[in-house]
Amino acid sequence: MTMASTSSSGRPVLGFLTRRREGGQWHWTDVFTYVYLVLGVLLMFGPVVWLVLSSFKTPAGLLEFPPTLLPLGQIEVQVEGYDDPLPLFAVTMEDGTVKELAQIRRIGIMAQMVDPENPGERVSVPINTREPIREMRVATENYIDPLETFNFLRYLQNSVIVTVVATVITLLINSMAAYGLAIYDFKGRNAIMLFVIGTLMIPVTIVLVPTYLVVTQLGMVNTLWAVILPGAATPTGVFLLRQYMLTIPKDLIEAARMDKASEWTIYWRIVLPLSLPAIAVLAIFSVMWRWNDFLWPLVVLTRNEVYTLQIGLNAFQGELDVQWHYVLAMTVVTLIPVVLVFAFLQRFITTGIASSGMK
Amino acid sequence: MTEIKLNKVVKAYGEVEVIHGIDLEIHSGEFVVFVGPSGCGKSTLLRIIAGLEKVSGGEVVIDGEVVNTVPASERGLAMVFQSYALYPHMSVYKNMAFGLENAKMPREEIDKRVTEAARLLQIEPYLQRRPKALSGGQRQRVAIGRAIVRDPKAFLFDEPLSNLDAELRVAMRKELAGLHAKLGGTMIYVTHDQVEAMTLADTIVVLSGGNVAQAGKPLDLYNKPRNTFVAGFIGSPRMNLVEARVAANGTGFDLVSGAQTIRVPEVPGLEAQSSATYGVRPEHIAITGEDDADVTATVELSEQLGGETYLYCSADGLPQLTVHQLGQLPVERGQVIHLKFDRSKMHVFGADGNVLANGLPT
Ligand SMILES: Nc1ncnc2c1ncn2[C@@H]1O[C@H](COP(=O)(O)OP(=O)(O)OP(=O)(O)O)[C@@H](O)[C@H]1O
Ligand SMILES: [Mg+2]
Repeated sequence: MTMASTSSSGRPVLGFLTRRREGGQWHWTDVFTYVYLVLGVLLMFGPVVWLVLSSFKTPAGLLEFPPTLLPLGQIEVQVEGYDDPLPLFAVTMEDGTVKELAQIRRIGIMAQMVDPENPGERVSVPINTREPIREMRVATENYIDPLETFNFLRYLQNSVIVTVVATVITLLINSMAAYGLAIYDFKGRNAIMLFVIGTLMIPVTIVLVPTYLVVTQLGMVNTLWAVILPGAATPTGVFLLRQYMLTIPKDLIEAARMDKASEWTIYWRIVLPLSLPAIAVLAIFSVMWRWNDFLWPLVVLTRNEVYTLQIGLNAFQGELDVQWHYVLAMTVVTLIPVVLVFAFLQRFITTGIASSGMK
Repeated sequence: MTEIKLNKVVKAYGEVEVIHGIDLEIHSGEFVVFVGPSGCGKSTLLRIIAGLEKVSGGEVVIDGEVVNTVPASERGLAMVFQSYALYPHMSVYKNMAFGLENAKMPREEIDKRVTEAARLLQIEPYLQRRPKALSGGQRQRVAIGRAIVRDPKAFLFDEPLSNLDAELRVAMRKELAGLHAKLGGTMIYVTHDQVEAMTLADTIVVLSGGNVAQAGKPLDLYNKPRNTFVAGFIGSPRMNLVEARVAANGTGFDLVSGAQTIRVPEVPGLEAQSSATYGVRPEHIAITGEDDADVTATVELSEQLGGETYLYCSADGLPQLTVHQLGQLPVERGQVIHLKFDRSKMHVFGADGNVLANGLPT
């Protein structure tokens, strides 16, 4: 019996999810594998789920302890005579009746409560006799407010422009460099490649100031070009694409030469389409780098209108304490494009590799 | 119409010289086949002509013009690769149109030429398919089609049939011959299969270790090999080649190898007490009676093909002898037979391997 035939019988999904080694018996390796996989899923995916769920919580819901998984929040009521909204509790009174009271403050094991219907009268109850009253509420305003009031759409637009333009430029010039280093056989080719790779060893922080000076001299500070251009040529990208292009059969290039193709034509119409899988990988990397880039934009972008999302998020933390509910919501927004890009491009990574068309 | 000339072409990779000064003249409309064992430099020579490799010395002349510095794309030649080298991401149509697009040909003209070539090669049904959805033979046709549409000065083929199975190879071989007859262009064809060479070529160029061993018409090479290499390479099954010591006898020479002595008349250039090689093709050995036999041998293997028979025989002091006889022979393994070599078809080579006589006086 093979795994395929076991899983195809009956319920396919369940069959797939409980696949085992051949023979259908539970072996300790099966158990181990599942434990390992479940652990992995929890570790990788847990924080993201937590983030998304939390981003829909009200500020009160976020502060709740012990924390809740779903966006549950304690109901708060406005009581006459108090500036801030007060949290609502269900209190079991000494005579056994249950009353809805708002808490003014807590002192040790006692809590001072007030009846919202009758704001003049205060009662003191032990804290273990009251239960918070919760409701399920999806706080969409976490998303809507910052997008409407805090210029976040502008940041989003800047981020998109930076990511798209920078990725296009990166792909173009990296693949051109890779083409030169992969297709032509010349003296010192490997030395140049080594040199390109070698630049990886220089930390960003070291070139930060020199690059900043160059960017200033070119008058690009506080334009998006200041973010886009300096990082456009990446040694990783050149290396990745070159190694892939080396696997393109030499015959294809020579056939194109015999077909009167110019070097540009060979690059554009033969090598580039055949390198699509590697290009997709680099595109994913580039999008993630650019979208999440923080340090460099922070240095060269000082005016609010040119902020990218990451810088905007950062500014958020300073303005009014830390507004966690907004920070969380906007973090989710910043995650979306990366997820989308990955979902779209990962298909290329696997299909392209398998489809070399030689004999 | 295109003439290609090689003058003392030398090719070295670093220190290693792989082509040692080749002179060659290829006439317009000729079908020339480069043949030779693996690693003898056939592909290298073809690629030099194509412009894909630079020469280290000498010159390549196409239509009277030295093209040493002209890049491959400007030489106006078309090449069919052993791996076909079809662009995997393009349809068959696009593959064939690619070269024409690069030449900035108008759309209608491209379309006309591609359909024309597709019809000629019978690949019309596959025009919109990707190469990976084609069989080996179909890919081969596309590769040839890609060359044809360009209407090149000359066609270069590098072992185009070596990836096909035996049956298809024979069929494609015939088609190629037909194609040459129809198109009439100059063609240079590389193969290590001497049957392909014999059947296709107007001129065969036998290469050996980076040198031209002999160039000429197929039957000239067969009948008058210039050295032992060509003698052994051309013809299937191989010519029987026997090394011998030369001894004088009154009227001629005795060629002695081990216990066997072959008596031959005077051969110019042959000297007593030297070593020599004589050769005789399988079909030039006759089975005779004991009296006038040259060699008495034991049959080790007999291949009865119905229409013809091959006998592989051993005799003391000789390498295995192949004998070809027409028709069916009642000969069995272990049987002793008497063989006579046809003197008029015997070849004698000197100690250096060069021929002294192709056919001896009887
Ligand atoms: N790039 C290279 N560097 C060094 N030597 C090379 C190179 N290319 C080919 N050679 C050598 O040149 C010789 C001729 O090679 P070539 O490819 O022309 O052989 P071939 O006759 O086509 O053989 P085959 O029938 O196996 O294709 C070989 O000995 C090979 O090792
Ligand atoms: Mg070869």
